[in-house]
Amino acid sequence: MSKSFKLTPKFYKRLSLILAIILWLIVSLLDVLQLLAFKSGVDLEISNEASLLLLNFFYVFVFIFYRLRIKEEESGSFIDLLWRVFATGLIATVISLVFKLFYSSISGTALAENEFLKIVSDDITKGIIAAFLISTFIVWKKLILYQKSKRLVISWNAFEWFVIASIFFNLTGYEIDSSLIFNILYGASAIMAIILSGNLKWVAYLNFKQKWKAILLIILITIYIFYFFAELYVPPAESVAFLNSIDSLFFIVLFTFILFYSVFSLLVILFNLPTSSVFERKMEEAINFQRLSQSIQSGESEDQIFEILLNSSMNAVYADAGWIEVNREGYDSTHYINKNIGRDSINQIKEELFKSKNRTVIKNPLSSSDSNTDRILVTLKKSNFKSVFVVPISVQNSVVGFMYLLNEVAEGFNKEMINIINTFASQASISVENVKLMSEAISNERYKEELDIAKRVQRALLPEKLHSNDKFNIHAFTIAAAEVGGDYYDTFQLKDDKFALVIGDVSGKGTSAAFHMSQMKGIFQSLAQLDLPADEFLVRANRALSECLERTSFITLTFFILDTTSKTMEFARAGHCPTLYFNKSKNEAEYFQNKGLGLGILRNDSFKNFIQVNTLKFDKDDILVLYTDGISEASNEAGDEFGFDRLKTLLEKNSHYDPVMIQKIFISKLYEFCGSRDLDDDYTMVVIKFK
Amino acid sequence: MIDIKKEQENNYLLIHVEGEADASSAINLDNIIREAFDESHQNILIDCTNLNYISSAGLGVFMSYIEEISTNSVNFILFGLSEKVMKVFGILGLDQLLTIKKTKEEATALLNGV
Repeated sequence: MSKSFKLTPKFYKRLSLILAIILWLIVSLLDVLQLLAFKSGVDLEISNEASLLLLNFFYVFVFIFYRLRIKEEESGSFIDLLWRVFATGLIATVISLVFKLFYSSISGTALAENEFLKIVSDDITKGIIAAFLISTFIVWKKLILYQKSKRLVISWNAFEWFVIASIFFNLTGYEIDSSLIFNILYGASAIMAIILSGNLKWVAYLNFKQKWKAILLIILITIYIFYFFAELYVPPAESVAFLNSIDSLFFIVLFTFILFYSVFSLLVILFNLPTSSVFERKMEEAINFQRLSQSIQSGESEDQIFEILLNSSMNAVYADAGWIEVNREGYDSTHYINKNIGRDSINQIKEELFKSKNRTVIKNPLSSSDSNTDRILVTLKKSNFKSVFVVPISVQNSVVGFMYLLNEVAEGFNKEMINIINTFASQASISVENVKLMSEAISNERYKEELDIAKRVQRALLPEKLHSNDKFNIHAFTIAAAEVGGDYYDTFQLKDDKFALVIGDVSGKGTSAAFHMSQMKGIFQSLAQLDLPADEFLVRANRALSECLERTSFITLTFFILDTTSKTMEFARAGHCPTLYFNKSKNEAEYFQNKGLGLGILRNDSFKNFIQVNTLKFDKDDILVLYTDGISEASNEAGDEFGFDRLKTLLEKNSHYDPVMIQKIFISKLYEFCGSRDLDDDYTMVVIKFK
Repeated sequence: MIDIKKEQENNYLLIHVEGEADASSAINLDNIIREAFDESHQNILIDCTNLNYISSAGLGVFMSYIEEISTNSVNFILFGLSEKVMKVFGILGLDQLLTIKKTKEEATALLNGV
């Protein structure tokens, strides 16, 4: 079984830690061995360089370990980072103090003089201090590279590689006291460290409390640095020749850099303390602004938006109290949203506002012409509140309300604050507008859907196939306008040679029209079966509809009974457009001008007095054209109606065609007449040509 | 668009209806007439001189008062209808049920029993 190894960063991190520990153990062991050999006068033939090299690699692995570790914790806050440095330092200090305590407790005994013990404890202390320095270095790196530029990254990389390279500088044997190169390199690195230490942008993102924490932590870290330096610094005279003391370039550069950056941070944080509240406020404003803009997404209502506006505005300008009054659609009374102030005081202040002469009018930068949108700054004398700022809230270009911000101090609103409030107010307006548009869109959508259903219902009520026999051709055409109308036509076969035919128009539009049309269809289909005379049919239909139509609704209708054997038609008109009839023998068309009354207009028995039945004989090639007022009243851009005369002439000219062709000619002439205008009504026509 | 004005003249209430009485504006027309009936006016004159168009919804408004006119014996007279509008009233048969006069003079004359 082989366990698959994944070369994850975590694996590398562990590997580097293990290698560092192993190297440290080897180095310590070598130190002990060398001391042993030195004491017994034996040369182990281990060169000093080899031992140093091992130690250097220990540093390198510690370096790698911390670099990998910090990558894992991307999300750590600045205070967390500082805390980690502090904690590492604390552990290192405690361990080093424990050794000291141990030594002072055993001072004077033989053990205290034991050099082996001393070497081991020294190595441990040194290892821990190295770990502390390197981890701090890595954390400082993260802080410096917060909000980095390309140039900064390049200079930092140069510095970091220099520091890593300096680990191996000890192999050269140059010493700080004697070597010029050592001093030059040290000087150069110190200058770089100072330059890099200027990058303290992270400080600005600390809030007031965090700044105090950071100051405390950095002071403690600085104390560690001094303590560790004192710990490592061994006066040259006392050092044992082969022990590596502070004169390593690596350590000195680390100490210098860490110290510089700590001191710089400390000073910058201290100087930033007084301004941090301003920065925090700005952040808060930005967040409030965002809340206002996003309120639309979270489905908040107008009231909630106004509440956010009031709270944000009051926070932003340090207002002591405030209120918003809005006149909402559909409500008679003004709606108030108030904070830190009661209704009584509101009325009192409004009264004073009207009286006060000390007012400054600030034009709204967005709409210069309308004086309604002016912002007003008023100073009051008698009230608790000395200054008032009034901002109009406008939605869709009309002022819907006002926001009043109150301050107990006179002249409590400066230009900066007024600008912020303006931004807030306009953002709130946009949000309210969006909420409105959204709900309008939703209700429109619902309305559209309803219309769609009504349209489909209406469509379904019209017959797919019209009854006829070999004595006549019949053709129907209907086209619906954008709105649902109530055009209706239908046929019913009473006998082989007897047909009932109806055309009608339901008043009004939309869902109710479709609904009434379905009632009409029901009435037609049931009454037609009874084979009633035309007037009786209308009387009964009127009676039935009187029971179910709304007060202002009516239906116009023309009802025909065709007998193809006797070649007669009987018809009655209930307020519908007069039927157009082409008489082949006369070769002219005419309108049936019998009297009539719409169904549902007179809801009692006197209805029958207002209708009239006509009977007519028809012949071959006579044409019956039934239509709705959409056609006769269709108008062009000049407002002229298509009219009865045009219809009549059109029929006379085209009487030789079959019903389908006649309908096509009528409709195309109609479109031609109306021009580019949209249909504003339904067009329906039924054409019958006798054979 | 519809523009409706109401004024009290002599012994009658005069309602001017101007513009187009379509589905959307019929409600306004209905409200005004309703008000006149609620205020128990006995003589109501409707001036249709500037009524350019009337849809079925507009006709529905006038139609809905027919019963009330007869039961309350209200003198409800329309006048000044354009040829086009008059034709619409005629086709529907409303001219048989409503009192329609050509001019204001004729209307007031009828009112005063001349």
